[in-house]
Amino acid sequence: MVEVTARPRSLVDVPLHYCPGCTHGIIHRLVAEAIDSLGIRERTIGVASVGCSVFIYNYLDVDFQQAPHGRAPAVATGIKRVLPDRVVFTYQGDGDLASIGAAEILHAAARGERITVIFVNNAIYGMTGGQMAPTTLSGMKTTTTPFGREIRQAGGALRVVELLAGMDGVAYAAREAVTSPARIHRARRAVEAAFRAQIEDRGLGIVELLSTCPVNWKLPPVEAVAWCEANMIPAFPLGVLKDTTGSGG
Amino acid sequence: MKRTLMKGNEALAEAAIRAGCRAYFGYPITPQNEVPEYMARHMPGAGGVFVQAESEIAAINMVHGAAGAGVRAMATTSSPGFSLMTEGLSYMIGSRLPCVVVNVMRGGPGLGNIAPAQGDYFQVTRGLGHGDTHGIVLAPSTVQEIVDLMPVAFELAERYRLPTVIAADGILGQMMEPVALPEPIAPPPPPEWATTGAVGSPRVISSIYLAPEELEQHVLSLMRTYQEIREREQRWEAYRADDAEVLVVAYGTAARVVRSAVDRVRAQGVAAGLIRPITLWPFPTSAFEMSPRRWLVVELSAGQMVEDVRLAVSGRAPVGLYGRVGGVVPSPAEVSEAIRAAVAEEVAWA
Repeated sequence: MVEVTARPRSLVDVPLHYCPGCTHGIIHRLVAEAIDSLGIRERTIGVASVGCSVFIYNYLDVDFQQAPHGRAPAVATGIKRVLPDRVVFTYQGDGDLASIGAAEILHAAARGERITVIFVNNAIYGMTGGQMAPTTLSGMKTTTTPFGREIRQAGGALRVVELLAGMDGVAYAAREAVTSPARIHRARRAVEAAFRAQIEDRGLGIVELLSTCPVNWKLPPVEAVAWCEANMIPAFPLGVLKDTTGSGG
Repeated sequence: MKRTLMKGNEALAEAAIRAGCRAYFGYPITPQNEVPEYMARHMPGAGGVFVQAESEIAAINMVHGAAGAGVRAMATTSSPGFSLMTEGLSYMIGSRLPCVVVNVMRGGPGLGNIAPAQGDYFQVTRGLGHGDTHGIVLAPSTVQEIVDLMPVAFELAERYRLPTVIAADGILGQMMEPVALPEPIAPPPPPEWATTGAVGSPRVISSIYLAPEELEQHVLSLMRTYQEIREREQRWEAYRADDAEVLVVAYGTAARVVRSAVDRVRAQGVAAGLIRPITLWPFPTSAFEMSPRRWLVVELSAGQMVEDVRLAVSGRAPVGLYGRVGGVVPSPAEVSEAIRAAVAEEVAWA
């Protein structure tokens, strides 16, 4: 029998706590696969962030520190500077990275910290119950935009990787979605490329992954995937925005 | 021993490097700017790292990362910056991570001014952040004592796996005094709990305990540590205290002024003495078993440490307060007058 696919070594075999239809599980697997394929498990240190994915340390078989809301890039900086030969990554949601932690990610990028940032964008605050995030789409209803996000009152959606791709310290910046097998395959390559940017000492690598939040979007899982395709991808264009290797990820 | 004339801020930076600190993260704020400036110049040569963070919030979280990776890490700041660091300190306490943070206190509230003050006493002793938090707080009163307490600060932080705060003030940071520096020591190896890469089983450093019963057990375990610290780590200095009719309580720069005032009033026949807390937390309650007729607290704040003195004295004698605020440092003559007024029962008593 030929084994076509198997559980990644770096992914612990325990049930995930995520809601049905949430794509954190897929993204966890992509990170584990990247760690396995690059052979870096024993020198990788993750930084978990506040939000639904804070318990990522229960699922990935690597060392972890848990950071305050938004501060993961600063914690990762502290780790990486004292252990420069280790591989350090953060796993952050949109509220964490784009709102309260905007200064931390911006300046980690400006410094060209040799860290990898996995940025999960589901356009809403998940753990706190569906409030508006910086990435919430115009017109989108959340518990704090009950009439739909109105630009004049609440501003527009923040496009993070576009912002960071223009910075000299960023070696790799891409946005992908995990809404179909083909897209997941592209996302896998992007995650690995974001780690390679660090391993090759080129700069900060960030990959933004468009994700679903069926419970707070109030949609069944299959419709949530379709909603992400129909609404998020047009607002957050996919693709590699920057890759200093020139290989296109 | 060779003594070098050094500014307090620079002496503390050099002392930290000699105590094995190999990670320093800071953000400019007056009156402690000589520390990041010194670290920027000297940390690379010592094989350590210096990063000027984008904020005090980022600085303390860089300390979190480096401390979690098993390296002796430090941040320094001044009052408004300390407020920002309390978020990170609470997480470090929740995660049982050691570090040293120096607060070179200035006048507050708000932006206040850059003059020396002790108005952060409540903030550093009552809780270093949200939740049930404590860390050891050391209060030097000379540049030499800053140097001497630096290795102690790291050792205590590591022994109890909690942050240690050095509460200094603008005068101590800015003044120059001759100091004898200790021989440098090699940094200790990373402890077994440090996140250095998952060779063997993975290690997790976290402050999350979602189940109330689990969090209660975690906090109770912290409480046991706090109690152990209260029993074992009280430090203070007594000066001309044995026969004192009035005992003055002061720390840091205020204690230096009081010391001069005690000598002055002694020369005039007033039996005064000084109790100088060196640990602000744990408060040195054992120092208050003495029985003078009067206690007088002198502090560069509107009456903060006086509450701890009242608790320690527990009504056995009146406790008065002479507090100056706004960055005003009273002269020995002014404090002498306050002591005489205390003896004459002209100050406010509780």
